[in-house]
Formats: sequence, C-alpha cells, structure tokens
Amino acid sequence: MRNGTMVAEKRATDGGATSTRTPDVAFEELFRLHQRAVYSWILRIVRNHAAAEDLTIETFWRIHRSLGRFDQTRNFEPWARKIATHAAFDWLRARRPESSMPDDFFATVPSPIAANPGVAAEIRLKVAQSLGRLPPRLRIAATLAIIEGLPQKQVAEALGVSVAAVKLRVFRALRLLRKDLREQGITP
Amino acid sequence: MKNHEHDRIRQLLEHSLPPVGDGQHPARDLWPGMQRRLREPSAMIPDRLKIPWFDWVLAGGVAIVAVAFPASIPVLLYYL
Repeated sequence: MRNGTMVAEKRATDGGATSTRTPDVAFEELFRLHQRAVYSWILRIVRNHAAAEDLTIETFWRIHRSLGRFDQTRNFEPWARKIATHAAFDWLRARRPESSMPDDFFATVPSPIAANPGVAAEIRLKVAQSLGRLPPRLRIAATLAIIEGLPQKQVAEALGVSVAAVKLRVFRALRLLRKDLREQGITP
Repeated sequence: MKNHEHDRIRQLLEHSLPPVGDGQHPARDLWPGMQRRLREPSAMIPDRLKIPWFDWVLAGGVAIVAVAFPASIPVLLYYL
C-alpha cells in the first residue's frame, strides 16, 4: 500500500514523466489515494460535511498548483494536511462567527464516541457557540489538540508552527472560552 | 493562572463536543468536482492577484505602526 502511494506521488509530482501515464491520470491516482484522509482531516476542523467536501477539492487544487515545490524525499500526507489546514483556516475566517455552528451541529457529525449525556444540551450548545466565536487560528488549535486529542506535534506540523506556539494558542483559546462562557452564565 | 479552571473547560469541551475521529469519508465521488475546478479559468490566476485590496491596506497599516511605534511589535505579535 505504502509502495503504491509513493509511486502515485512520484508520478504526480514529476508530471508523469517517469511513467507512460499522462499527468492528469497520475494526479487522479494521487487524488483517489489521499482524498479520504484529506477529507477526514478537514472534517475534524470544520465539522461540516458539505464544507469538508468543497475544501477537499480546494485543497487538491492547491496541491496541484504546488506539486512542483513538493520535496519527494518527504512524506506526502503531512504536506497535504498542512495545505488542507490552511484551506480550512481560510474558510473559517471567511465565515461570520455566529454562523459557524449550524443548528444540526451535533447531528451532522457522526462519532463513535457520543457526547456525554450528563452534560445538558443547552450547555453543549453554548460551548459549541463559544468555540465558534474563537479566532480561527485558536479554534483550530483547540479543536485538534483538545477535542480531537491529537498530539501537539502533529497539530504544530499541520499549522506550520512550533509546538510552543500550539501550547500558547490552546492556552489563549481556553482563556477566551472561560471569559465567553462566564458571560453566558456558565462558570467552569 | 487558574489552571483548574482551564482543566474544567478542557473537560467541558471534551464532554460537549465529541471527536469526529479519523474514519470519515465523503458521501460522493469528489473527482468530477475536482476536474471542474481544474478547468476553471481562475485556476490560471496567480495567488498574488487574488489577495483582496483591504488585506494589502491592513498589511501596510500594520507595517507603518510597527515602524512608527516599535514598542507595539510585541503586542502585534501577541495578537497574530
């Protein structure tokens, strides 16, 4: 599987020059190999299926445009995750905060781990709304590091910053959330 | 600084918003949409030309403030 992935990446990044396939075919192969991983990563950030589909296409468009700059000695997926994170950031930044969390937010994102039923629905909604009001760069760091429970190193690579910067963003996100939740009458 | 409160907010986030996880996949084949995107004329426009004018104005304003008031640089970096 990994060998097949590497071959597809090489074909796509060298424009198909080393194979008998056209660059478009090589890129399609690359797209089909990685679209699920890219989609899944974006969904973790934006939590909206339709947006994740559009952003997956946007991410691969950016990848297609930048393939010449890809270092073939490195792993493709972290590079793709970084581009996907930037695309998701642009999308979050372009949206108004109050529209960031749809009403069916909890229903549209299936999860193997259900939300804790002990936490009242109203509180869950307020927490989701507070998260949606965070500046996008803080929201992404908090979502990936706290909610998704990903290692800070992986979050840092995706954001293109240091681990210390991720820690700082998470700290600032928690501070803003604390303030916002207090204003809504929720004392942590 | 109020670490116990931050720990509570962490718990609240974890309990309120379940993780999406790693096993999601798109409901439809995205390749036809990808092909349409690649054929769009805007695909040929370099990024530099697509940056909104107000972003350039904002960048210029920040640069002027940084030059005029160097002491503000740490504050600007904090809010970046």
